[in-house]
Amino acid sequence: MTPLVRNSLLIGAVALTTMASCKKKEEAGKTDPAGSAAPTTAEASPSAATLNGSGSTFMKAFQEVAIEGFTKANTGVKINYGGGGSGKGRQDLSDQVVDFAGSDSPFKDADLAKNKGGDLLYFPVVLGAVTVSYNVEGVSKLQLAPETIAKIFQRDIKKWDDAAIAADNPGVKLPATEIVVARRADGSGTTDIFTKFLNGAAPSVWKLKSGSTVEWPADTQAGQGNSGVAQVVKSTPGAIGYVDLSDAKATALSYAWIKNASGAYVEPTTASASAAGDGIEVKDNLVFSAVNAKGDAAYPISGQSWVIVYTKQTDKAKGEALKAYLRYMLTDGQGLLAELDFAPLPKSLQDKALAQLDKLQLP
Amino acid sequence: MAKDALELQGTGGGADQAFRWGVRAAAAMVLVVLAMVALSMTSRSGDVLGVMGLDFFGSRRWSEADELYGALPFLWGTLYTAVIAIVLAVPVSLGVALFVTQVAPPWLKKPMIYVLDLLAVVPSVVFGLWGVMVLSGELREVYLVMHRAVDWIPVLGDILGPSPQGRSFMTAGVILAIMITPIITSLSREVIETTPPGDKEAALALGATRWEMIRASVLPHSKGGLVAAVMLGLGRAMGETIAAALVIGSALGQTGINAFASGNSMPAVIANEWGEANDLHKSALVALAMTLFLLTIVINLSASAIVRRSMVRGRGAST
Repeated sequence: MTPLVRNSLLIGAVALTTMASCKKKEEAGKTDPAGSAAPTTAEASPSAATLNGSGSTFMKAFQEVAIEGFTKANTGVKINYGGGGSGKGRQDLSDQVVDFAGSDSPFKDADLAKNKGGDLLYFPVVLGAVTVSYNVEGVSKLQLAPETIAKIFQRDIKKWDDAAIAADNPGVKLPATEIVVARRADGSGTTDIFTKFLNGAAPSVWKLKSGSTVEWPADTQAGQGNSGVAQVVKSTPGAIGYVDLSDAKATALSYAWIKNASGAYVEPTTASASAAGDGIEVKDNLVFSAVNAKGDAAYPISGQSWVIVYTKQTDKAKGEALKAYLRYMLTDGQGLLAELDFAPLPKSLQDKALAQLDKLQLP
Repeated sequence: MAKDALELQGTGGGADQAFRWGVRAAAAMVLVVLAMVALSMTSRSGDVLGVMGLDFFGSRRWSEADELYGALPFLWGTLYTAVIAIVLAVPVSLGVALFVTQVAPPWLKKPMIYVLDLLAVVPSVVFGLWGVMVLSGELREVYLVMHRAVDWIPVLGDILGPSPQGRSFMTAGVILAIMITPIITSLSREVIETTPPGDKEAALALGATRWEMIRASVLPHSKGGLVAAVMLGLGRAMGETIAAALVIGSALGQTGINAFASGNSMPAVIANEWGEANDLHKSALVALAMTLFLLTIVINLSASAIVRRSMVRGRGAST
């Protein structure tokens, strides 16, 4: 009997969490600016078409809200977006299984030849901050330099009152609590952004290199997804972990101010992540990395996500729908981002992306 | 009437043919699918085996940045958690099976079987979530107490080792044990129930107690079938993905015997890393899948060999 009771309790708990996350998305959907109903597109309203996309889980919440807003105004178009990770999105686009891919990183040059549909266009659509969240009683504001973060996540520093942490936080009383490091169990774009930041900003200290998974020391705690890491940090006194801004806020975690490339300590916000998008070098094809951006206001652990499509579209109806959807994401869609704790594109990037829409070739 | 029957026989001939080819096709389908899976997995894991060679099975480093993929810690984690699960599940399963078949009063037997079968169909992700939300938090304290109690005993002190983690080999083993208990129980129950009543009555007539009867007639008769039930449970435990991925802790490079340490297993690594993997990394994950595939084939083949042998022997005994 007990297993039955236990299981039904569990199912109830799962249902509750699902409902909670749905609610959040609905609220985000409601703030849909009224302007989205009016056609902002220069093109004719697209006729019936179904678009399929897959990839980045980082921008999945944005895709869901954007699809809802776009299809409300363009009832003939149906858009599906499956997650599965940036790697899967790029693979699917390469195999022409989907019409667009969501990806947090560009294709490798070596893989470009494998793409069945020819040349690609990268449209940056969202920026986001990855927080370094912590759970230390009595510390309301924590400042961390990249070298200190590197030492903490490599387990070189094991106590909160270590001299390196104290040096970053003059005047703050730090407890002698053990540090518990929380990191991702699954391969993740968030890990990629975080480790790229450490690789770039603390190259002499950081030894674990960068990637969607790295060789974490065995005495670190693994969590499934951003929410899993957030849960570990929340429930473990002395814990520190990297969590994207929206999950850190949803879990009510405290997060550190991080020293950026200009030497200023910056709080992770949607504004400081947008500022990171302004202080970076953007290539002609709109490929860039928002990590360690220059500028006093730029948050250094910022990431970006592109919608990637083939330049040459083969289906007229689909191509038109795709172009309209891209335009929506780059204009009205940007207004939906703040509610989801994503950062909108800075004006400079937005203009470049909108200009690139003309390169999309329709049959 | 005779004519009708004749005509029926006539159409039956055609149906017979169709049936024969239909079932042949179904049987061939299974083999074709198996062959295709084996073929594509072998070809796709070729990349990583070409780079790593046999080090794939012997190296302990798993690094995307350095493109080094050694599966030893995951192989170890898979086997270790499965063994823990078997050690925990077998005594309980056999106890329950014997209770249901030999000891329980008839009014209790039906509901017990029903509940056990219900436990067998609970999806593994439910056990996994329960494990990560409830069990891993509670067990850590229990592990601490256990470690302190056995610290001075040489080998046991290392197995129930220091600095226990909530998510560890042991927690994964416990969850897997819960998952395979109903399977082993239900198979064992069916095997035990095939004990010829004559054998049991003979033992009782000779004045044996219930335990002596079980030992003298039930267990010898069912030995092969019980071993097969355990092997099938082992196969299930090794292949379990989601529950293991959630509670094993996902630590790299762990090949120690400390059951309270975090580790990783082959199916958990595949599930966790597939989405973001590139090229060689993907090939390495496919090679992990192939290793797991081979391992479970070996387990299942030996299980069926044991069953076959015991059936021959069983028939011999009862005639």
